[in-house]
Amino acid sequence: MTKGIYLDNNATTMVDKQVVDEMIPYFTEQFGNPSSMHQFGDKVGRAMKTARAQVQALIGAEHESEIVFTSCGTESDSTAILSALKAQPQRNEIITTVVEHPAVLSLCEFLEKDGYTVHYLKVDKKGRLDLEEYKKLLGPKTAIVSIMWANNETGTLFPVLEMAELAHAAGVMFHTDAVQAVGKIPMDLKKTKIDMLSLSGHKLHAPKGIGVLYLKRGTRYRPLLRGGHQERGRRAGTENAASIIGLGLACDMAKKHMEYENSCVKAMRDRLEEGLLEAVPNCFVTGDPDNRLPNTLNIAFEFVEGEAILMLLNKQGIAASSGSACTSGSLEPSHVMRAMDIPFTAAHGSIRFSFSRYNVMDEVEEVIKAVPPIIEKLRKLSPYWSNGAPVENPEAAFAPTYS
Amino acid sequence: MWDYSETVKDHFYNPRNAGALDDANATGDVGSISCGDALRLTLKVDPETEIIQDAGFQTFGCGSAIASSSALTEMVKGKTLDEALAISNQDIADFLEGLPPEKMHCSVMGREALQAAVANYRGEEWADDHEEGALICKCFAVDAVMIEDTIRANSLKTVEQVTHYTKAGGSCSSCHEGIEEILTKVLAETGEAFDPETPITIDPAEVKPAVKKGKLTTVQRILKIEQVIAEIRPQIQADRGDIELVDVEDKKVYVKLTGACSGCQMATATLGGVQQRIIEELGEFIQVLPAELQAA
Repeated sequence: MTKGIYLDNNATTMVDKQVVDEMIPYFTEQFGNPSSMHQFGDKVGRAMKTARAQVQALIGAEHESEIVFTSCGTESDSTAILSALKAQPQRNEIITTVVEHPAVLSLCEFLEKDGYTVHYLKVDKKGRLDLEEYKKLLGPKTAIVSIMWANNETGTLFPVLEMAELAHAAGVMFHTDAVQAVGKIPMDLKKTKIDMLSLSGHKLHAPKGIGVLYLKRGTRYRPLLRGGHQERGRRAGTENAASIIGLGLACDMAKKHMEYENSCVKAMRDRLEEGLLEAVPNCFVTGDPDNRLPNTLNIAFEFVEGEAILMLLNKQGIAASSGSACTSGSLEPSHVMRAMDIPFTAAHGSIRFSFSRYNVMDEVEEVIKAVPPIIEKLRKLSPYWSNGAPVENPEAAFAPTYS
Repeated sequence: MWDYSETVKDHFYNPRNAGALDDANATGDVGSISCGDALRLTLKVDPETEIIQDAGFQTFGCGSAIASSSALTEMVKGKTLDEALAISNQDIADFLEGLPPEKMHCSVMGREALQAAVANYRGEEWADDHEEGALICKCFAVDAVMIEDTIRANSLKTVEQVTHYTKAGGSCSSCHEGIEEILTKVLAETGEAFDPETPITIDPAEVKPAVKKGKLTTVQRILKIEQVIAEIRPQIQADRGDIELVDVEDKKVYVKLTGACSGCQMATATLGGVQQRIIEELGEFIQVLPAELQAA
């Protein structure tokens, strides 16, 4: 394993060694097409069947056939939303939130150009939704509701079970982008009114390039990709067999570690939060700390910029991510930070630390030691900071000329 | 991860002249907290000679913003104010051995801070005349505001025209959808619809009516071509390149691109622009080709 401390598991995860080992024979020995009639593929079909059952078990789907393998979370999201529109041409409205992943937001913005109406639910300062606003929007024109289960930046959980019930009662299809939630929090989809759910392999120690669309039996559906009979005609294209098999094992392992994730992983996250808040002045946790993924800490360091923090962390081998504009090359800080009304002076300095079960407590202590001098160094360079404290009334004291 | 040069990294990890000067007599504050980049430049200027004796910076920003600020302070020290004002943002980027296209605005901010500080020293008002939009063309670092303004100023109708005027979209072409969106938006302001099928030919009103196909003598024809190239030349020279006419063979016009043009990814687009102008002028179809393609 590469040296360093990897705390960017919401971006992607290391593929588990056992998962890789499980996959290898399907590249070199059992490489046949699962649809073929000969010995080179005869084990592939069975292994894929096992994998499907393993995914089914992790998310609590009622039927194995509700699992549709796709290429990634984004494909699952697009398939779900476009299917709902195609299958219900008389409905032309979508309900989603302002803090969704671009996989949903970009698609919705594109659909608006085609004449669809998209309602974006706002969030409060802790990133929470207003369900009263949501209830009022549900109606006979709503084709689909698409709400993320857990936010990728803050880890904040949305009440998707309740929202799915409300949608169901109004006769509206419900989709959730659960790529951050699957494998981190327990779920039992057969007991919910969720019609469709997206998950992504690489967020839970399976490889990149494999995803799943959960499709509740009886949900009206139109495929995104048509062609062969793969996935019962619901997602054509030769199966990514090795990755499907890897994802199956990864789901099985995630299920076995669910308790560990919600106790030991959570304890590391909590210790990091406590240690940083204590050691660094002028920083705060963003999102809803009482209702979030066990592995995610998003902390905003005021008056410094995130990319600079990340570069200095990286120099010490610590990997995290930031909601600053500069890390993405855009002109605005993360839409999630802006939606929560985090001031610019803090939003640009927001850093996300996201854990996995492969982290250890020693790493946490190292990060707690590494961060304070980095923030101090950058604050010394900052025009908003002077003599160990923010300048008085920072936004007025330094009001640069700019449009 | 950004592909930062070693010099950028060095100036970020070991910033020179960090902090405000206590005895500064010129201060320039520029940037935008919403974009996440803001810079205060302080200078100590000798009132007799106008030589910048010392410089200090405070920057809220990313790695390249801090590196650009640090580079700027190193570059201006020892220069007179007028010499310092001659520093362009490209000079700052060159000093740093290049910046990623998304980060060129960091060097722009450095230059603006300098202008603001000099204005402050001279008791003048400095107004920022530069508005920045979302980056559309990553190959040539062209933003949306620049494209919009250029479309309006020149009544552009097609992606190809936008490329000829701004370079945007002239290389990898991934941003053509984005350019089409801007065209759609700007054309809608005057009630026009963007039509992807619009031929790249020119508004008939602009084509000289006197020109009739095939009526020119060979010498007239070549003179016309020479004339067009002479008109285009200053633009190309402004980009540190040059162009000369080598030969005309029937419908093929051979030119030589030199200086910054040689090997530039934009050479093809440049030739396309030249070709379009010659076609307009001659009223006949010709092809402009690099001289290397002429059969020996």
